[in-house]
Amino acid sequence: MTVERVISETKDQFPIGMRVLAVDDDPTCLLLLDTLLRRCQYNVTTTSQAITALKLLRGNKNKFDLVISDVHMPDMDGFKLLELVGLEMDLPVIMLSANGDTKLVMKGITHGACDYLLKPVRIEELQNIWQHVVRRKKFDQNDWYNSGSQDKPHMGSGEAAGIGKVDQNGKLNKKRKDQNEDEDEECDENGHDNEDPSTQKKPRVVWSVELHRKFVAAVNQLGIDKAVPKKILELMNVEKLTRENVASHLQKFRLYLKRISYVANQQAHMVAALGSADSTYLRMGSLNGLGDFHRLAGSDQLPNAGFRSFPPSGVLGRLNTPAGLGIHGLPSPGMIQLSHVQNSGNAGNDQSKLQSFVIPGNHNANILLGMPMSLELDQLQNNKGVRHIGELPTADNTTVFPVSGSLIDARVAGCSNNPLLGVTSNSLMLEGSSHQAILHATNLRDSVSTMVFQNGNTLSDFNCIAPASNQLRDSKSNLQGQASLISCNAGPIIRSDPQEWNAPRKDAPYQSNIMCCSINSSIPVNGAMVQLGQCLDQNNPVFHRNMDLDSIGPPNFVDPLSIKHNKGESSAMEPLVIDKEGYLIVQQRPQGSYIPDNIGPLGDLASAIMKQDQDKGKPADGDFGCNAYSLRNCI
Amino acid sequence: MEKNPMRRQLAIMRQALFDQGYLDEQFIQLEELQDDANPNFVEEVVTSYYRDSARLILKIEQALERKPFDFNKLDGYMHQFKGSSSSIGAKKVKAESTLFREHCNSGNGEGCVRAFQQLKQEYATLKKKLEAYFQLARQAGPMETACRPK
Repeated sequence: MTVERVISETKDQFPIGMRVLAVDDDPTCLLLLDTLLRRCQYNVTTTSQAITALKLLRGNKNKFDLVISDVHMPDMDGFKLLELVGLEMDLPVIMLSANGDTKLVMKGITHGACDYLLKPVRIEELQNIWQHVVRRKKFDQNDWYNSGSQDKPHMGSGEAAGIGKVDQNGKLNKKRKDQNEDEDEECDENGHDNEDPSTQKKPRVVWSVELHRKFVAAVNQLGIDKAVPKKILELMNVEKLTRENVASHLQKFRLYLKRISYVANQQAHMVAALGSADSTYLRMGSLNGLGDFHRLAGSDQLPNAGFRSFPPSGVLGRLNTPAGLGIHGLPSPGMIQLSHVQNSGNAGNDQSKLQSFVIPGNHNANILLGMPMSLELDQLQNNKGVRHIGELPTADNTTVFPVSGSLIDARVAGCSNNPLLGVTSNSLMLEGSSHQAILHATNLRDSVSTMVFQNGNTLSDFNCIAPASNQLRDSKSNLQGQASLISCNAGPIIRSDPQEWNAPRKDAPYQSNIMCCSINSSIPVNGAMVQLGQCLDQNNPVFHRNMDLDSIGPPNFVDPLSIKHNKGESSAMEPLVIDKEGYLIVQQRPQGSYIPDNIGPLGDLASAIMKQDQDKGKPADGDFGCNAYSLRNCI
Repeated sequence: MEKNPMRRQLAIMRQALFDQGYLDEQFIQLEELQDDANPNFVEEVVTSYYRDSARLILKIEQALERKPFDFNKLDGYMHQFKGSSSSIGAKKVKAESTLFREHCNSGNGEGCVRAFQQLKQEYATLKKKLEAYFQLARQAGPMETACRPK
C-alpha cells in the first residue's frame, strides 16, 4: 500500500518515491544506505553486485531514476559501472566511497558521476540527491529535438523546453525528413515523446544521427580544441538548438574522445600491427571522436565490427587511433570494451573484432561500423560513453562517420590490412563524402564502419561500403572475413541498447544491416551474408545482450547500399541478417523506420540507406545509434 | 520504575562511549534511523558490521603473514574495513585503520603490523562495550536513545 502510494505520488511529489538503485559490496554500508534512503522517502532497490545492478538497469530502462554506487567493488570497478550506466541508460550516478582523495573524485567526475559522496554518508546529503535527476531531465529536455512532446517546463533553456522543443522537433523533423526520410524514426520518437508529456520521463535530447553528424562536422571544422558551443552552434545552424544542448553534447563528446584516445593509446601497439597510422587516426580521432562520439551515440552504425579487418584486438583498442574511423573519439565505455574486444583475438578475426566491439559502454557504440579497425568501432562505441545516448541521437548520427572518413584514411595508412580503399576516407566519412570507392576490403571494413556510422551521411557512406565490398570481392577471402567481421561487428555493436532512442532502436538494426548489406553487395551476397551471419552468431553471444531487434539497433549495419546492390541478394542476405538477432544483419526492420518493407531487413537497410541518399529519411541514422547498443550490451 | 535506573545506566554507558571516543556522530545517525518500523536497527547494523569485518580482519591477518607484504592488497582491505567502520561510527577503530593505511602507503611493514595490533584491540574493545550496551538496552526496554529531530 505504501509502495503504491509512493508510486502514485511519485510523479506528483517528486522527489518522494524517486527510484534509487544502491550498489555496494559492503553489507553494512548497504544496509545503512538502504535505510537512509528509505528515510528520505525514496523507493530503494539494493544490490551488492555491480553486475546485478547492470542487469537490473538493463532489464528496464525506465525503472530507476538514480544510481548510487560504491567505488570499490570486487566484481566491477565502480567507475566502470558508472560509465556503463551513463552510456547505456544515461542515468545520473552518484559515487560513494570512504576515500575522498582528490584524484578519485576527479576520476569520478571525468567518468561522468554527477556527485561524489564520502562515507559515512549522512542523511542530509542524501536528501538532496534528487536534484541530479531533475537537473538531468531538464537539460535533456532542452536538447530534445525530436521529441516535441516534452511539455515539461525546463528551467534551463527555456527556449528549448516545451514549446520550443516542439518547434524544434518539428523543424528537426522536417530537416531530417529532408535529409533522410527518417520519418519513422522521428515519428516514433516524437510519438514517444508525445506520449507522456506529463510523465517525468527522462528527457533526452535526441541527437539524431543527422544532428550528430552536423555536430561532428562542426567540431571537426573548428578543431576539437577550438570547438566552443557557440561556434559549433553557428556552424551547425540548426534551429532551435540551444547552446546548452550543444555544450552538453560537446562535453560528452569530449569525454568520449578522451576515453577513446586513452584506449587507443593503449592499444597503440595493437594498431601498429595494423600498420595504421595512428597519428592519422588520432588526428582523425579527434575529429572522429566527434564522429565517433556521435557514432557512439547512435552508432549503431558501426557494424564495423564486421569490418574489423583490423588487426584484432589492437584494432579495438585502437579504435581511437587506427580506426581511422574517427571513432577514436569514441570514448569510454566503448573503450573499455575495446580492450576487451581486442582480446577476443581480433587478429584479423572479424569475430574477435566483433567481440571487441561489443564495447559495452557504447551502446550506440558507434561501434565503428565497419570500421575495419575494430577499434574504431569500439571507439565509436565508446563514444557512447560520451553519453551520446541521451544526447546523440546517434542513431542517425552518422556524424560519426564524417570522422571516420578521415579515419579511414588514417586507417588506410595504418591498416596494414588492406589499404583502405582510398580511404581517402576523409571524404568518406566526412559527411558521406565521396563514397568511398576506395574502400579496400579492409578499408571496406573501415569504411563500412565509417560509412555506417555516418548514418547521417546516409547512403553515401554506404556507398563506400559497397565499393568496399566490391573490393572485398576481389579478395574473396577477405571479404568473407570481412563480411564476417562486419557481421560480427554489426552484431555486437548494435546491441547496445539505445536507451534513449526509441526510434533509433529500430533503426539500429538497420544500421547494422547496412553494414552487412554492404558487405553483401560486394561479396556474393549469400556468401557474405553467411559469413556475416556466422560472424554474428559468434558475436551474438557476446552481444546478444539485448538483441531485441528493436533494441538492437542496427547491429546489422549491413550496408544498405549493398543491399541495394543486391536487391536480389538482399533477400539472400536477409536470412542471414535475420539470423542474428541483431547481429549484423539484424533484420531489424526499423519499426516504422523508413526502410522500405519490400526488401528484407537488409534490403530495408539498404533501401533505407539508399533512401537517404535520395533524401529520404535516413534509416541508418537511427540505427546506427543503435548499433552501439549491441556493443553495449555486450558489456 | 524499575526501568529508570536501567535507562539511566544505559544513558550513562552510551555517553561514556561517546566521551571516550569509541563512537562518533555517525552512531547517532544510526540511532536516529531507528524507529518503530525499524526498532532494532542500530543493533542490526552493528551486528552486520562485526560479522563482515571479521572476515576482513582475517584476510588482513593472513596477508600480514606472507612476506613480503603486498601493500596494495593490504590497503585495499583496510579501505573496505575503514568504510564500514566509519558507517557505524566506530571512531577509534577508524583512526587505527587510517594509521594502518598510512603505513601501507609508505611501505612501512612494521608500522602496519603495529597498527594492526592496535586496531584489533580497539575493535575487540568496542565490540565488548557495544554488546554490553545492547544487552542493557534490551533489558531496559524501549527507550529514547537519542533525540530524534523530526
